[in-house]
Amino acid sequence: MANYQSLDIVRRSASTEVSPGIRNGTEMEVAKLIDVSRCIGCKACQSACEQWNDLRDDIGHHVGVYDNPLDLTAKSWTLMRFTEYENPKGDLEFLIRKDGCMHCADPGCLKACPSPGAIVQYANGIVDFVEENCIGCGYCVKGCPFNIPRYAQDDRKAYKCTLCNDRVSVGQEPACVKTCPTGAIMFGSKGAMIEHANGRVEDLQSRGFEGAGLYDPQGVGGTHVMYVLHHADQPELYAGLPKDPHISPVVQAWKGGLKIFGLASFALATIGSFIHYVTKGPNEVSSEEEEEARDEIAASKQRRTVSREVRL
Amino acid sequence: MSLHEPDAPVLRRYTAFLRINHWIAAACFIMLTLSGLAMFSPALFWLSALFGGGQPTRAIHPWIGVVLFVSYALLCVRFLGSNLPNRDDVAWSRRIVDVINNRDENLPELGKYNPGQKLVFWSQTLLIPVLLVTGLVIWDWYFYGYTTIQTKRVAVLVHSLAAILAITVIIVHIYAGIWVKGTMRAMTRGTVTAGWAYRHHRKWFRQSLAGQPPTAEPPRAGGD
Repeated sequence: MANYQSLDIVRRSASTEVSPGIRNGTEMEVAKLIDVSRCIGCKACQSACEQWNDLRDDIGHHVGVYDNPLDLTAKSWTLMRFTEYENPKGDLEFLIRKDGCMHCADPGCLKACPSPGAIVQYANGIVDFVEENCIGCGYCVKGCPFNIPRYAQDDRKAYKCTLCNDRVSVGQEPACVKTCPTGAIMFGSKGAMIEHANGRVEDLQSRGFEGAGLYDPQGVGGTHVMYVLHHADQPELYAGLPKDPHISPVVQAWKGGLKIFGLASFALATIGSFIHYVTKGPNEVSSEEEEEARDEIAASKQRRTVSREVRL
Repeated sequence: MSLHEPDAPVLRRYTAFLRINHWIAAACFIMLTLSGLAMFSPALFWLSALFGGGQPTRAIHPWIGVVLFVSYALLCVRFLGSNLPNRDDVAWSRRIVDVINNRDENLPELGKYNPGQKLVFWSQTLLIPVLLVTGLVIWDWYFYGYTTIQTKRVAVLVHSLAAILAITVIIVHIYAGIWVKGTMRAMTRGTVTAGWAYRHHRKWFRQSLAGQPPTAEPPRAGGD
């Protein structure tokens, strides 16, 4: 069972019912802040994630890079992505970004999901997959602007970081935060995290990283996982972190206008047909036409007989 | 019904094989519509209950699609020759108001199919392959690794749009069978009355007379 109280749900996938709103605005929004400048790439967060969530990913292959595993999987919900970047001064920078679900305020996965209640958003901002409702269609993969959900080959369901919703709901920080040895991953109210990030950004800027900044992309309404980046002006440097992520217009069209167009088209065809029948009535063969058809058949038979006789 | 008097002369329109295949395609199309709409609109998700729930709906939909494609491919081969556009179609289309008002006496004499029927044929002939190809792209269980996510996004949009058009055409197709009396038996029994053929497809009626004279009584089920 999903670990939530129904009062905490502010959005529920594929649901026509209104979510409980009695408490809206009173619950604190949480955020995980990942200070990339303090990350040493130890992967302790990956281990903690596997351990807490009781996941054991398959043994992979080493291909000569630090990334391990090579990509997020249904069993690896967070991943250190390593990028070697040669800055304009000619120095090498080793950029390490902990990738995983960003817990968007406007989640593309939730928007795309066709199964009622398979994806929920809690008042604290966490976006969670409720696995018992997942039908395994993979629409969340198409909805996500960050390429996060992964389709499991064993049970045909989609998985991603839960922001340790089970821990957060009992007042603990996520497992990755708990284990980070350098304090690069922090957790708290979104306001407090932004405030802390601003201090870090100021510090980085004073040390020569003019482009330092907070990554809290507004194209998806802001996120509940944020980064402090030394190069916030070029987030793509960090293994392709999108500069201005938003739900794809293709997904918007599919989940927005097309639904209305489709239902309108069916309704128009059906109602139009019905009205046509009621006003114009059926198209029936008249008895004269049946008679004329019979006459033609008789004439044709006669011609056949005649031609047969002529041949004889 | 007066049209179906037992001694009315009838013409054979469809073979038993074609009729069975048509109904396989029709059953597949309806199941695909119901399961597809369940995954298309949250307001229609309840349709998934007809297939035993969301997961079975997701799992079975593409397989039914494959069956439809094979079935339709066979139909298409049989229908293609009679559905090529010709000059009569232009004249018929210009008199669409007479068509709507059941004034068939004002319409040009036609072969086996009228332009409305040809439109059904050609739209399905175009849309079903589009649905197959885009459907394979979003059949994640087998083909996830072959395309990018952006391609899948476009595929799911095109798949939905093609399905909407195909379903709309089929709604009109079904209505035409209800509206034009005496049509349905062509696909249920394989024959139409001579009067029906004379009224709606006179050229085809005369071609049939020249080729194969009508029987005086309807053939037994499956007897053709």
